Amino acid sequence: MIQLDHITWSVSGRTILESMTVEIPANTYAVLMGPTGCGKTTLLEILCGLRRPTAGRVLLDGVDVTDLEPRERGIGYVPQDLALFPGLSVREQIGFAPKLRGVPASELKQQVNRLAEQLGIVPLLDRLPDMLSGGEKQRVALARALAARPRLLLLDEPLSALDESMRAEAVALLQRVQQEHALTVLHVTHSSSEAAALGTLHLRMVAGRLEVDSRG
Amino acid sequence: MRLNRSNLCWLVLALITVAYLLFWALLLGATATYSTPDSWLQVLRSPEIRHATFLSLLTCSLAAGFALLLAVPVGYLMTRLEFRGKSWLDAALDIPIILPPLVVGLCLLIFFQTKIGKVIEMAIPFTYQVSGVVLAQFVVAAAFAIRTMRGTFQHLSARPEDVALTLGCTRFQALWHVALPAARRGMVAAFCIAWARSLGEFGPILVFAGATRMKTEVLPTTVWLELSVGNLEAAVAVSLFMVLLAVLVLVAVRATGEKV
Repeated sequence: MIQLDHITWSVSGRTILESMTVEIPANTYAVLMGPTGCGKTTLLEILCGLRRPTAGRVLLDGVDVTDLEPRERGIGYVPQDLALFPGLSVREQIGFAPKLRGVPASELKQQVNRLAEQLGIVPLLDRLPDMLSGGEKQRVALARALAARPRLLLLDEPLSALDESMRAEAVALLQRVQQEHALTVLHVTHSSSEAAALGTLHLRMVAGRLEVDSRG
Repeated sequence: MRLNRSNLCWLVLALITVAYLLFWALLLGATATYSTPDSWLQVLRSPEIRHATFLSLLTCSLAAGFALLLAVPVGYLMTRLEFRGKSWLDAALDIPIILPPLVVGLCLLIFFQTKIGKVIEMAIPFTYQVSGVVLAQFVVAAAFAIRTMRGTFQHLSARPEDVALTLGCTRFQALWHVALPAARRGMVAAFCIAWARSLGEFGPILVFAGATRMKTEVLPTTVWLELSVGNLEAAVAVSLFMVLLAVLVLVAVRATGEKV
């Protein structure tokens, strides 16, 4: 379960996020909507520890993680630009987190292959990011995040770079991944159809505040 | 093409650019035709010049290597971290670029006469030594290397490093595994720029390390020594050799895709 306890974020005297409080139950697929520039990405960055909130606490499964470093939180993050590592092959991108954990080479290979199969990117394993399409990059970024075995997955407009024909396929993929990995997902989107198809909990940011729109 | 006001403007600007390049071509052409290739080779084969060439190549490589080792962490810090007083620190890092070269040499000379300097010299002697040549080259070259690395990191998105942090990296691991591989072209460029800057360094070396033949003499000091005894042919030969090295470095930097 994710709990945001009166999270506030101010910069240069301007309050972007104002005392946000919400609970997202475990294994929920939450979608977050809101106008451009309202602070959705900032909220994700606070959740995964890339920014410190001006005030308030972040709790994961009841544990206060506000002062923990990003690597200690067990949160996977797929940013809007996907941020694949330049110069690393798809195999190296997916194997990045297991390698850091010191997973032995044979097991690492198995983990990478398993995730690549799940996400349908086995033929891409030896390619560099520059040689991938938008949809392929999105799958690789997802596989890379899943390889870290996160409890919570944060997705920042992951489908925005995809055309309409690929979007339905990507939505199905995200649903399958969430169920297979028993993940809690917080997915930022501008698309109402995407939110309707995926979300079991709908959140909306309005004027720096977080509102629960509806529960699926 | 009709010569309207806009075209006339471009034509004037192009003429200014061509005139500037032509001026440089005339300068180098006049220097190159002052003596013959045979006399250049004869000069470059002399033991003193060969020693100065070897010492220049060695000290420039060492100074550039040390400059890069400093430039990577400083450039990364100045790009990725926001802190109070950053603009002051930024300006301070550029001081070696704007200081007159002789002043840099004088500062080094005086520093090594202080108590701290003397303690350092008990471990590694610098004044009027080859190590002093490297230090004199390093202090100026490092500022240029830092500028280059700052530019490199500024052009690289911080987002992949952020993602690496969520995947289990410490900040140092994110720098090592993500930022540095992405910045390798910039690192080559920073090394080349520091190397070229070191090659041309004269004032600080003359003041701090001296210009002793077969000891601390590097190529710029050779030009000065040869000029001071009226041997213009030797000064020209060494100068042209330095021009060749500088052009090679420029080509190497351009090949990395970075701008000097």
